[in-house]
Amino acid sequence: MANIIMFIILAVFIIVSALMCVATTRIVRAATFMLFVLLGVAGIYFLLDYTFLGAAQIAVYAGGVTMVFVFAIQLVSKRALQGLEKRVKAGTMAVGALCALAGLVVVSLILLKAGFLTQEIANVEVPMKEIGTALVGSGKYQYVLPFEFISVFLLACIIGGLVVARKEEEA
Amino acid sequence: MIPVECYFALSAILFFIGVYGFTTRRNLIAMLISVELILNAVDINFAAINRLLYPNGNEGMFMTLFVIGVAAAESAVAISIIINVYRKFKSDSVDAIKNMKR
Amino acid sequence: MFSYTLFIMLLPLLSFIVLGLAGMKMQHKVAGLIGTCSLGIVTILSYLTAFQYFGMERVDGVYQTFVPYNFTWLPLGNLHFDLGILLDPISVMMLIVISTVSLMVHIYSFGYMHGEKGFQRYYAFLSLFTMSMLGLVLATNIFQMYMFWELVGVSSYLLIGFYYPLKPAIAASKKAFIVTRFADMFFLVGILTFGYFVDSFSFSFAGDIVMGQGTTPFIEGNIAKAVAAGGFIIPTALVLMFIGGAGKSAMFPLHIWLPDAMEGPTPVSALIHAATMVVAGVFQIARMFPLWIEYAPQAMSIVVWVGVFTAFYAAAVACAQSDIKRVLAFSTISQIAFMMVALGVSLPGHHGAVLDNHAQLGYMAGMFHLFTHAMFKACLFLGAGCIIHAVHSNEMALMGGLRKYMPITHITFLISCLAIAGIPFFSGFSSKDEIITACMEYSPVVGWIMTGIAAMTAFYMFRLYYGIFWGTENKEAHEHHTPHEAPLTMTIPLIVLCVITVGVGVYTTLGGFMEWGGSFGSYVSAAGTDYTIHFNTQIALTSTVIAILSICLATYIYKGESQPIADRLYKTFPKLHRAAYKRFYQDEIWQYVTHRIIFRCVSTPIAWFDRHVVDGTFNFLAWGANEGGESIRSWQSGDVRQYAVWFITGSVALTLILLCI
Repeated sequence: MANIIMFIILAVFIIVSALMCVATTRIVRAATFMLFVLLGVAGIYFLLDYTFLGAAQIAVYAGGVTMVFVFAIQLVSKRALQGLEKRVKAGTMAVGALCALAGLVVVSLILLKAGFLTQEIANVEVPMKEIGTALVGSGKYQYVLPFEFISVFLLACIIGGLVVARKEEEA
Repeated sequence: MIPVECYFALSAILFFIGVYGFTTRRNLIAMLISVELILNAVDINFAAINRLLYPNGNEGMFMTLFVIGVAAAESAVAISIIINVYRKFKSDSVDAIKNMKR
Repeated sequence: MFSYTLFIMLLPLLSFIVLGLAGMKMQHKVAGLIGTCSLGIVTILSYLTAFQYFGMERVDGVYQTFVPYNFTWLPLGNLHFDLGILLDPISVMMLIVISTVSLMVHIYSFGYMHGEKGFQRYYAFLSLFTMSMLGLVLATNIFQMYMFWELVGVSSYLLIGFYYPLKPAIAASKKAFIVTRFADMFFLVGILTFGYFVDSFSFSFAGDIVMGQGTTPFIEGNIAKAVAAGGFIIPTALVLMFIGGAGKSAMFPLHIWLPDAMEGPTPVSALIHAATMVVAGVFQIARMFPLWIEYAPQAMSIVVWVGVFTAFYAAAVACAQSDIKRVLAFSTISQIAFMMVALGVSLPGHHGAVLDNHAQLGYMAGMFHLFTHAMFKACLFLGAGCIIHAVHSNEMALMGGLRKYMPITHITFLISCLAIAGIPFFSGFSSKDEIITACMEYSPVVGWIMTGIAAMTAFYMFRLYYGIFWGTENKEAHEHHTPHEAPLTMTIPLIVLCVITVGVGVYTTLGGFMEWGGSFGSYVSAAGTDYTIHFNTQIALTSTVIAILSICLATYIYKGESQPIADRLYKTFPKLHRAAYKRFYQDEIWQYVTHRIIFRCVSTPIAWFDRHVVDGTFNFLAWGANEGGESIRSWQSGDVRQYAVWFITGSVALTLILLCI
């Protein structure tokens, strides 16, 4: 019961924050609301007893990505920083809303049509040790390859980001 | 016990809010934020399906983990591109880069 | 044996490629030397070939046919297109004619084309022409002949249009190309008809073939099949081929291109439009001769009468022309018609495989006249070139009295005129007399007509001669620009050709009266056997007397400073003169037929259909594509959000479709 209440609170929090995020004209506010959504999603992970996942979400997203965004906003968008983002046209908004609603209806239709068998299980956390061995193990259901791949990928992204954003030398 | 459909519904709503944001926003960074929302909606689905439908495995969780990692990398690269675009076009609006070159 | 004959064709080709590709980088002299040297080697090889070939033992009294090279180029079931080299008496004879005249023209052009822009291009085209012409006469099959036939046409086109900045040259080259192409269409149809029914393109129906590298002998059974399919098939094919030959050889009414072709450089006229290319039609008939007499004797009369009419028509026109090259052009047409008639009158009086004297005579005379005519007509043209070089004009009005200025040209021109007029001891006499003898045997009517035309020939040639070298001197023009004798490079070829003319003339005239063996007939004859020329004294005397009479007439009318008789004739028959001068309105008639009838009644509707229906369809398609592109162009706006909207719409629609299924 407590779970359900928690879920409802989190769901409402996420949806409201997301709506505010896409509706606000100020870019910094959008970033802030995104942070709230990310935190809410982290809450959902906690609710699902994925504490490690929730922690990662907070650490990477809320801690890292949001900071990057804030820096980017400061670097790029002085007008946006002052809250001068242009208003969205009504037509564009209508088209976007229509798309989103249509998609939502279709997806809901599918979700309702398909019957899912929810398994009743005890709320067991995935032990940290299991996560660790799975991440660096090479057996079945173990993920050393994607893990290493992600690490190389991150490295590549760091270098790539530097190269792209580097100020071009005047030729 | 929360039925899995509730998670799905939440995820779907979040997803389409992201879509709406992506289609309506003009600012590149705002569009990127919308993309993050979409990614998070997908993450919720992974986690919920893993936990509620196939509780004996951990694939969903690991997938979510990797998505978080990739998303972080992606946003870093995207932002560096945006900064570069801003330098070139003196604008952070998506309308400024309609033409690939100038 | 004869393996070196390959070089006869390869060397000019090589020189064409070298001059064509690198010529523009060369000095004039170097380019000319390359062309001339390669041709010199070709000439030596040709003479060697002739020496060896005619020096060989006859088998059953016949020279064997050699095929040193032959390979299948395009196999098509039973049929196959071959490329190869075939040596038999006429092809060897043609080798000599072509290489000699071509070499003379190459040397002559050094002087004539000196300092001309495009000198290297000129030599490149000459090489191309020589290669094609040699390929034509050495062909082992009709199809190869046709290929080279067209190549010859192309090189003729290129050379006529050599002075391409001048409008008349362009028009003349186009005219020549289109008219001969038109005729060649019939040739091709004839070849295909023949090939279809006879299952072979090979020429190996005559004589014994000594195989070099496997040529398929002509199968008697095939021709029997074709005959069985209807007796008219082979005659039809042969007549169609003859139309092609008539186009190349400028027979009436396809002769209209040749006078205009004189727009090209004069040595080219000498080589192509007097000595070699224009006799391709005669050569073709000679090549197909065994078929003609065996399967299409009746159709031969077409050749005869076309030839007779052309000879007369061209001679009549030649009497009234004032442009010296045009006179020579019409004289060429007339003389080629003589050869055609000679071939045509070789009726098949054959008994079994042996041709009788009659058939032998016409064929031999035609070939002989081809040989002699090539020499003296080339000499005449080259002489005309010297004159044009000296006075810078083609018009007789600007000449007159040139004998003082240009002695060598004068003498050689006179000798050639005597030869063409048919005076004994000059080469033209022997060959023309044989033709008239053959005609007389065929039918006295044809014989006397041909004698008359021979008289006309003598008349107009001497009219030309007196007009150029005697007559009224155009002092005004000559003071302004004193005519001078041509340089040595130009006079030597004249002398060489003259020596040949006189030498052959003396030898054959004496030989003909004394019935020596070893004359022309010993080498080239219809059956390939040794044929001894002997003159019919009566006919020889008659024609000589007539020739001398008409020369005297020409002397009487045209030699003097003033020409009262010519003027009076002109005043009495102004219309006739005008008609002859205008070539009896042949060009106008063609113009009328093509423009008024063909263009208006056939081409215009076709053009309308093409422009409105065919073009309309494609324009509509293009318009549709363009409009479609225009209308969907806005989709590619570069607007990312719009793409996103489309993407989502699309995926939603797809999902809905999948759901419904």
